[in-house]
Amino acid sequence: MSKAAELAALIGSQTALSNRNLIINGAMQVAQRGTSVTGVTGDGYQAVDRWRTNSGSLGTFTLSQSTDAPDGFATSHKYDCTTADASPAAGDFLIFEQRVEAQDLQQLNYGTSSPNRITLSFYVKSNKTGTYIAELALPDASNNSNNQQSYTINSANTWERKTLSYVGNTTDAINNDNGIGMNVFFWLGAGSNFTSGTLTQNTWANTTAANRVPGQVNLADSTSNEWLITGVQMELGEQATPFEHRSFGDELARCQRYLEVLPRLRGGVDGAGSTQRAGTVFQTTKRANPTITGTLYDSVSDVNTNGFAIQRSGNPADMSAGALADAEL
Amino acid sequence: MNIQSAQYVNDENGQQSNMLKCVIDEINMWVPIDPANRHYEEIMQQVKTGDLTIADAD
Repeated sequence: MSKAAELAALIGSQTALSNRNLIINGAMQVAQRGTSVTGVTGDGYQAVDRWRTNSGSLGTFTLSQSTDAPDGFATSHKYDCTTADASPAAGDFLIFEQRVEAQDLQQLNYGTSSPNRITLSFYVKSNKTGTYIAELALPDASNNSNNQQSYTINSANTWERKTLSYVGNTTDAINNDNGIGMNVFFWLGAGSNFTSGTLTQNTWANTTAANRVPGQVNLADSTSNEWLITGVQMELGEQATPFEHRSFGDELARCQRYLEVLPRLRGGVDGAGSTQRAGTVFQTTKRANPTITGTLYDSVSDVNTNGFAIQRSGNPADMSAGALADAEL
Repeated sequence: MNIQSAQYVNDENGQQSNMLKCVIDEINMWVPIDPANRHYEEIMQQVKTGDLTIADAD
């Protein structure tokens, strides 16, 4: 059998040969907000696009887009612990997360008698060896259905590729809308509220909190700790295919549906010469009406998924500097 | 998400616009009144719990 035939057989009839990856910016290429953020203790989108941290008071970290990456990759996302918390409180947690838009997940066929399996694969590296949990969650489900699987970092400071295949979900449909369809959680630490039970692998259920991540190591237990990840791919089927590399431009456009850095705007002066107005059109239609961040204007109006207008009194040179349009999930 | 303030704004005709002027995590933001916007969703969650009041427009 030729290599091509082997690949086709491996992929199977349910999986596309292109656009397989349901994860955006899986190779951590795009970092519109900046490549490094220090002193991270709380929730939010920092460093590389589309990825966020869920933090419940577990340590302090520097997050960055790193050039430490496995062969074939140029970048990774890095957590570097700068203030340790070796004894987490019961409710503490730290999670690396991507929220996947619901309408992009309809192919999973969840909530039917014939849902598709999905497979999550990624490259990971850490000095902190041991058990970690990768969890999928369905916020549209009335019972907050989730599914956990563990993976092990075997060798310190060595890139390892991990593959986890998740069974389909026959009971919980994913809404066909622009909301969150699935949370992809990479747990990095947790207190006893989440670790004191028993882990049931690869089952969709409204899991009791204590059973979500038993065995999970605590990445925050030493300032020597770091954790890097790249090549994250989630695809239909029960086999992981090679990571689907996309061009930077392709990945940037996908990211811009959720976040776009806006250029400096210069506006026209109105008839009375006292007010500047300017409109801008986004490079990519946004997921939802975005939040506009910026300082050099008096008001923002007419915001929609395709653009917005700003206004400023007087006759200033610039209407906006360093603005962002944020439509993240 | 630390929402420090949120205020309605009026348009040029004195009508309430579809935006809120906010300070979130020390950053000035214009948040659309759109349930699909994550900032607006969090603002309304905090209003519901009584932790935040949206100020009237100037």
